[in-house]
Amino acid sequence: MTIYKSGTNLDSQGKVVTMAEMAAKGLEPEILFWVGCAGSFDERAQRITRDICKILQHVGISFAVLGTEESCTGDPAKRAGNEFLFQMQAMANIAVLDGYNIKKIVTGCPHCFNTIKNEYPGLGGNYEVIHHSQLIQQLIDEGKLKAEGGESFKGKRITYHDPCYLGRGNGVYEAPRKALEILDTDLVEMKRCRSNGLCCGAGGAQMFKEPEPGKKDINLERADEIIASGANVVAAACPFCMTMLRDGVKVREKEQAIQVLDIAEITVRANGL
Amino acid sequence: MIQQIVFFLILIFAIYLFYKNAGKVRRNIMLGRDVNRSDHPALRWKIMAKVALGQTKMAKRPVAAVLHFLIYAGFVIINIEILEIVIDGLFGSHRIFAGPLGGFYNVLIGSFEVLALLVLTACVAFLLRRNLLNIKRFRGTEMKSWPRSDANYILIIEICLMTAFLTMNAADNKLQLLQYGDYTSAGVFPVSAFLAPLLPDTTSALVTIERSCWWFHIVGILAFLNYLPYSKHFHILLAFPNTYYSNLKPQGYVNNMASVTNEVKAMLDPSYVQAETQAGSFGVKDATDLTWKNLLDAYTCTECGRCTAVCPANITGKLLSPRKIMMDTRDRITEIGKGIDANGKYHEDGKTLLDDYITREELWACTTCNACVEACPVNINPLEIIVEMRRYTVMEESTAPGSLNNMFANMENNGAPWKYSNADRFNWATPEEGQQNRERYDNI
Repeated sequence: MTIYKSGTNLDSQGKVVTMAEMAAKGLEPEILFWVGCAGSFDERAQRITRDICKILQHVGISFAVLGTEESCTGDPAKRAGNEFLFQMQAMANIAVLDGYNIKKIVTGCPHCFNTIKNEYPGLGGNYEVIHHSQLIQQLIDEGKLKAEGGESFKGKRITYHDPCYLGRGNGVYEAPRKALEILDTDLVEMKRCRSNGLCCGAGGAQMFKEPEPGKKDINLERADEIIASGANVVAAACPFCMTMLRDGVKVREKEQAIQVLDIAEITVRANGL
Repeated sequence: MIQQIVFFLILIFAIYLFYKNAGKVRRNIMLGRDVNRSDHPALRWKIMAKVALGQTKMAKRPVAAVLHFLIYAGFVIINIEILEIVIDGLFGSHRIFAGPLGGFYNVLIGSFEVLALLVLTACVAFLLRRNLLNIKRFRGTEMKSWPRSDANYILIIEICLMTAFLTMNAADNKLQLLQYGDYTSAGVFPVSAFLAPLLPDTTSALVTIERSCWWFHIVGILAFLNYLPYSKHFHILLAFPNTYYSNLKPQGYVNNMASVTNEVKAMLDPSYVQAETQAGSFGVKDATDLTWKNLLDAYTCTECGRCTAVCPANITGKLLSPRKIMMDTRDRITEIGKGIDANGKYHEDGKTLLDDYITREELWACTTCNACVEACPVNINPLEIIVEMRRYTVMEESTAPGSLNNMFANMENNGAPWKYSNADRFNWATPEEGQQNRERYDNI
């Protein structure tokens, strides 16, 4: 097995190279892309995963993934109260990450981002962790990413939904907006945005259970706000928000009028990657 | 002389009573588990100055922020006047600061009057707003009976105190103009001057009014001080320590339980020597399982409902209300404290915070979105209590909702919350995509 064409991060099959393959060649990537469970298994989120890879390829950053050696960070277990399971997952993951001497991680999910960044250090896992929206912001700031050569968003009206674990959880409000500001498009904020942003309804392990009895589902409350904003594209930055918002928009029968796209997808489209 | 003795006795009694009752609240708070919140003192002072003193988090709701600021500024500044009133009361003097301060005294009294009027106006506005306008966050299920009355009592007491203060000044002013007895010219009265025409002209009646307002005002303040430990209004004092002991980590962080780390390390490495940790159960069942900071949070809560107003679960009609979590916690730890008072030591009353106060339905409605934490003007954290109680139900009772147990099982078996094989984890990189990539980046 050879690592295909230096700088493209692909193996001989054209697949993204794994840490194991890199380590076998005695190589270390600049950054590890932590894909996350949703990014690995959820069909919609898989497309976002591939788009994040395209961005990394495009700018020539040396990266790798863990492939089948990755495991859930333990976030939903922790927030559901199962600290045992969380710490078992965390320690196993830390062993893998440290085994490959990982220093820097980019995640495709705010939950993975928050957990590895904030909760792994206390268990011995110390890494520089960024969310993919922050990576995109950095690349824009460095002039390596622009919004040219691809789809135009002119005439579109885009709003951004703050994921709780990126926004309130870690104070990342500007990075994802930066990726939208470089587009030639109409940006609009929802009434509840930034630190006042309304949750999509998935956090705290709600993604994996039926909601408690109430008058309305949370994702519908958010979908109604999206519709009220007059946007025809909602930018998301979290695979769980993606699922919840898409479902909400669909229940309101607006899936033709309103697209839910990840920041990474918008970047890929705008650059024709 | 009798007046001075009576005043002295009332003052001592009021201070003693407050010391005793505030001490009970302190004892109740210290029933909580320990947590270290003494690191980074410089940063903590800064947060306290910004959030408690500067009230920066109030700004999100501008109308309430302005009205609240008037009452807050009035309360802090007019309290300088209390010092003079206490000295006058103890030594039988009248406006003792007038001589030494000279012209500046006029500035002080003048500004107190203006502030008193502003406080009065703000309190009336708050009272009308709370009772006549249909503001949702004042109407939650937890805002019935006592909490509702408590809020109104506070405003009514403040209105009475300010009215007494201004009426006292008006009578004093009139007596000063008549150059009666001790009432030598002292202070300017930009507000109460307008009240003067409403008062009688006889000196004896004016002295009676001035004296009774003076007594009503100072005794009222001492009574109000003693009302605080029983009331949500305690926030005026506790907001300061509570913000000082704020969480300094990002809001997204949930603490790693040291007791669990110990066991997990022992499981993964048989040679690992377990560190000493507190024995006991995991998570929180009763209020005494919480940390002292959670309990300080509970006593600091002034039931403004900003947390509940932004809670996605509450907005969509679920049972959860973060404000109720805090009020339940306070009510339960107070109940435990009363049990200790009655029995001399901790008394098992067969009740717990979980189930007797907070239901599981409330706990499982939370999305851990941190909106409540972000919204609180005094950095209270209802989410910590919710997560700790979830921990109890999951790790001690194994009574999580069934679908969450399935999620746990999936994670244990295949490292993902869904039932997918770990072998399929890398299938997002499809052969077709690989082919595309190969074409894109030339052939090997």
